[in-house]
Amino acid sequence: MTRTTTTTGTRTTTGTRVTTTTGGRRKQIHLAAHFPGVNNTTVWQDPDSGSQIDFSSFRHLARTAERGRFDFFFLAEGLRLRERKGLIHDLDVVGRPESLTVLNALAAVTEHLGLAATVNATFNEPYELARRFASLDHLSGGRAAWNVVTTSDTFTGANFRRGGYLDRADRYLRAEEFVEVARALWDSWPADGAPRTVRHTGPQFGITARATVPHSPQRHPVLIQAGDSDEGREFAARTADVVFSRHGTLEAGRAFHADVKRRLARYGRQPDELKIMPGVTFVLGDSEAEAQERAAHLRRQQVSPQTAIAFVENVWGRDLSAYDPDGPLPDLDPVPDSDVVQGWAHAGDRFGIAAKWRALAEEKHLSIRELAIEQTARQSFIGTPATVAATIDEYVQTDAADGFILVPHLTPGGLDEFVDRVIPLLQERGTFRTEYEGPTLRDHLGLARPGGEGRHERAASTPAG
Amino acid sequence: MPRELHLSVELGRAGHPSAAALTAAHWTDLIGLAEQGALDFVTLEDSLAPPPDDSGGRLDAVAVLARVAPLTSRIGLVPTVTTTHTEPFHTSTALATLDFVSEGRAGWLVDVSAGEAEARAVGRREPAPTPELWAEAVDAAEVAVRLWDSWEDDAEIRDAATGRFIDRDRLHYIDFEGPHFSVRGPSIVPRPPQGRPPIAVALDVHDSDGRWALAAGHADVVLLDAGEPATARLARTALQRRAAEAGRPPGTLRVLLRVAVDLGGRTGSLPPADTARFTGTAADLADLLADRHTATGVDGFHLRPASTPADLPTVVHDLVPALRERGLFRTAYTGTTLRDHLGLPRPAGRYARQTEAAR
Ligand SMILES: Cc1cc2nc3c(=O)[nH]c(=O)nc-3n(C[C@H](O)[C@H](O)[C@H](O)COP(=O)(O)O)c2cc1C
Repeated sequence: MTRTTTTTGTRTTTGTRVTTTTGGRRKQIHLAAHFPGVNNTTVWQDPDSGSQIDFSSFRHLARTAERGRFDFFFLAEGLRLRERKGLIHDLDVVGRPESLTVLNALAAVTEHLGLAATVNATFNEPYELARRFASLDHLSGGRAAWNVVTTSDTFTGANFRRGGYLDRADRYLRAEEFVEVARALWDSWPADGAPRTVRHTGPQFGITARATVPHSPQRHPVLIQAGDSDEGREFAARTADVVFSRHGTLEAGRAFHADVKRRLARYGRQPDELKIMPGVTFVLGDSEAEAQERAAHLRRQQVSPQTAIAFVENVWGRDLSAYDPDGPLPDLDPVPDSDVVQGWAHAGDRFGIAAKWRALAEEKHLSIRELAIEQTARQSFIGTPATVAATIDEYVQTDAADGFILVPHLTPGGLDEFVDRVIPLLQERGTFRTEYEGPTLRDHLGLARPGGEGRHERAASTPAG
Repeated sequence: MPRELHLSVELGRAGHPSAAALTAAHWTDLIGLAEQGALDFVTLEDSLAPPPDDSGGRLDAVAVLARVAPLTSRIGLVPTVTTTHTEPFHTSTALATLDFVSEGRAGWLVDVSAGEAEARAVGRREPAPTPELWAEAVDAAEVAVRLWDSWEDDAEIRDAATGRFIDRDRLHYIDFEGPHFSVRGPSIVPRPPQGRPPIAVALDVHDSDGRWALAAGHADVVLLDAGEPATARLARTALQRRAAEAGRPPGTLRVLLRVAVDLGGRTGSLPPADTARFTGTAADLADLLADRHTATGVDGFHLRPASTPADLPTVVHDLVPALRERGLFRTAYTGTTLRDHLGLPRPAGRYARQTEAAR
């Protein structure tokens, strides 16, 4: 592949690594708050469920996260409303703001909290997006993060100039080159120097550009990656600062952690230069029993009868609306190449999954809804504040994760109880910060500022603690 | 009682100390000051082109105004967003979001990127002739409006009985097809607080047809460059006629005359060409505006200070009181949204009626 990026003028080298653990200090936990998403984890039937779109909801959740000294606030993205059977999916919360714009507004009502936007690399161009992230980083005093995602299907492409032009196989090639160009632009204008021209020629991009802003406080916004394929993991090992993973259980978490960290050495990177943060939910109670009861109630809210049918349709690839959600699974076989649902993750081997579910339903006497409740359970920490704090700490100390992206089920109050009751216990354990130690998100995550020069050099290279 | 005028200020042009222009505090202070004067709105120029060599850099305008939105409560926030290289879908959702975070104070100053520097920086297309770019800008505005309308105001139903969060019959595909792009929709963002954030375009009497088509068909606000009062009057009449021909109800287009102002006694920093220009004191400027307001029939003014940090305090502390004395300017905001300030009604969505008929 021919691909060159040159920056006229002197090239800077990457700065020194920051150590996060000193003097036998216990491994520190990193936490992020995910704004409740447009899927059935988010409960909207609850009387406490507020607006998913008004700014007040974003302000509340972000301020709660900052009160809890979280590393960052996280927004997901979907560039086309999901469909089933050719109709817009209507059972889940839907409608959300454009991430970068809402994060700039949140920068005004928070002081330290990192601000992470999921933005697609397929339906954007590096020059424009690099500028938007540099702007957020300036306007937030160094708190910007970018979750690079690679959705490239024609379904989503129908909202954009080029349509679905990118082969799935090329999604990470484009993302990789995108990040390379963005970083060259972020590097090209030293705070006290003149802007240099970036010239890049590659399969995806050919640009000649001068940046419109000088180095931002972090110079490079923190880069997050959230794909799970082999290419996705390799991309993370090569380029990312944080991985948002789906592997939240102890066993799967350790395996994933080990796999991704092992890949780092190939790129000359140290294990603590990449933080692994699985997405998890949580349910608290005054006793274990109460927490379990609340969790069971919550699961039924999350999986309504209609949602249960929709869930089984995703795998069967057929219209199953005539089936009783409280009755058995269909005897029909799935349709292999169905496009009944659009905008969801690939179902995978439909026949295999259907066979597995039938066996499970038979063995445990599960209805469609009960099976859906069981199968759609995400990794969840359920218990008293004390057990949840202990579990989170154990996961981090035993390298099942470096921290977690917490996904509350309620907008906007879903994080309140966690911050009030669990965070103090983590702080008592000495594994979570009681105060922010620096102004930037790189400081919170213990990541060096690239280049090792500029405004926050001192802060960024001071060992935490 | 005299007819009140609308007053707005461009912030971006010149005079910003380079390091300060990259900080939120700088813009928050300026816009907060403009809000003290109860101005209708501020505009913030933007471009993907590299800023001038002597500047310290230029931040994304939507980002700056979003950053300031929660720290202000009344003033309209109108960024320039160019249509040549940006995806119309992203433009529409970003502006809808600016409207949400400002609780109904967003607008959009439409512009194009004719330059070669921008084309090479983005790297997706060759520079194109300006008339073609404005024709494309019209399409981009059409797409933005359709996307804003694609969710009816009452689309969210939260109906526990049927398990439905939205009524999907109140969400609409926009199916826009044009020579430069096609967009399927609906938007991923619900309908913004103002329904449609007001669209603004700057033009002068010599401008290409593309700008006039956008002004007549889509703009809520025209920022008019006209040196002579007689020219301004003619242009205003022509704009109102073109809007009527485009089928728009009367009174839905505000024409604001642009005036380049230098209130600090400096010279030589005002733009040339067919723009009304003024150098002098605030009291004299108040006289001039009162005069032009009557002579041209325009709805108000868009001031372009030679130096925003130097001139804005004079506008707020001296010009605004002088206009108030003449009964020409509001003493306080009476509404909360930018549409309120401009006296523009919140428009019904274009798809809403179809559904009424179908129900
Ligand atoms: C935990 C997690 C969260 C994700 N969130 C988003 C998202 O918000 N928006 C999006 O477009 N894709 C999202 N993705 C999709 C991935 O980023 C990625 O583009 C996709 O999974 C394809 O890459 P892969 O084949 O490596 O998994 C997410 C993936 C994971 C694992």
